[in-house]
Amino acid sequence: MRFDSLLDSLGRTPLVGLPRLSPSPEVRLWAKLEDRNPTGSVKDRPAFFMIDKAEKDGLLTPGRTILEPTSGNTGISLAMVAKLRGYKMICVMPENTSEERRQLLRMWGAEIISSPAAGGSNEAVRVAKKLAGEHPDWVMLYQYGNEANALAHYETTGPEILEDLPTVTHFVAGLGTTGTLMGVGRFLREHKPDVRIVAAEPRYGELVYGLRNIDEGFIPELYDDSVLTTRFSVGSADALRRTRELLEQEGIFAGVSTGGALHAAIGMARKAVKAGERADIAFVVADGGWKYLSTGAYEGTLEDAEERLEGQLWA
Amino acid sequence: MAIEVRIPTILRTLTDGAKAVEGKGTSLDELFADLDTRHPGLRARLVDDKGLRKFVNVYLNDEDVRFLGGLETEVSDGDNVTILPAVAGG
Repeated sequence: MRFDSLLDSLGRTPLVGLPRLSPSPEVRLWAKLEDRNPTGSVKDRPAFFMIDKAEKDGLLTPGRTILEPTSGNTGISLAMVAKLRGYKMICVMPENTSEERRQLLRMWGAEIISSPAAGGSNEAVRVAKKLAGEHPDWVMLYQYGNEANALAHYETTGPEILEDLPTVTHFVAGLGTTGTLMGVGRFLREHKPDVRIVAAEPRYGELVYGLRNIDEGFIPELYDDSVLTTRFSVGSADALRRTRELLEQEGIFAGVSTGGALHAAIGMARKAVKAGERADIAFVVADGGWKYLSTGAYEGTLEDAEERLEGQLWA
Repeated sequence: MAIEVRIPTILRTLTDGAKAVEGKGTSLDELFADLDTRHPGLRARLVDDKGLRKFVNVYLNDEDVRFLGGLETEVSDGDNVTILPAVAGG
């Protein structure tokens, strides 16, 4: 395949079957390899769409500064596009995210402002909103509420899955900004009314839920629960176990959040087997494992790895 | 046998610091009412007159109860209930 530039090569990622982890020839699991995007994660799609839209709307003009709260992947994608398009990039990132993410952001020229670990991404959002108020000339694309985030998946990820797997019965992805699930979910529902859209929400250590008040909680503006069939909370132990199974059984080296999605996908597969139904379950490999090597997720016992991940944002 | 309910840090002032408590009931609503008899004020932090509070997520065996039956979701002995505040990801 030939492309005019790196950005032109975005998307059209492989959908690969999992012959060993699929329970039967009638109930099959399919991995959408989003690590095969320009910066190695699914976030390249929304980053590109959000910047493109901001340019078309006249919000972004050469030399402007982009500000974004991000636990890593979105920031990395935005930094790459910003570098190519001539914008300055500032990321507000919780301090409990992996060192690799920080190095990658700096490599693409982004400036990082750390937000406190306690409160996780909630704090990053709060700090970024405050900064945006103080710097009206900065452009906050705001992935949690930017329709172009979900639209990227509605226009690209969703159609790719349907084209490669017309018999799709389930779509499973991690729940963060909710952009992937909203976009792919809406697209698939329009073409396959019975499709089941399943969210796998990461359940972190307690530090991340250290809010001062329960009314300080956060729900992304993009979230519309009517798009989902159901939503599972996946703890780090299950996510790690599945991440390793994917590596050992199928050879796919994925990040920890992918283990969370796989866990929910395997749960749906078991239900289908029990009910005697046919199923083609597509799930998202959001990124590769490279950025998580320093967390020790792939070494030693699961218990040790889980302990090392305590308090880290792994999705 | 009973139903184990995991309590988030922010609500542990109501459970004497306990990370998990036990309760009984046939629905989530009954379970919360039962917990409130030993941990007064807990129910009001989870539920208002419209149902589950906006920023409170409750999971029955890891599945979000809003996609099951909300407060009417059936529960039984041996189930695990997890309460968490809604936080940002991504």
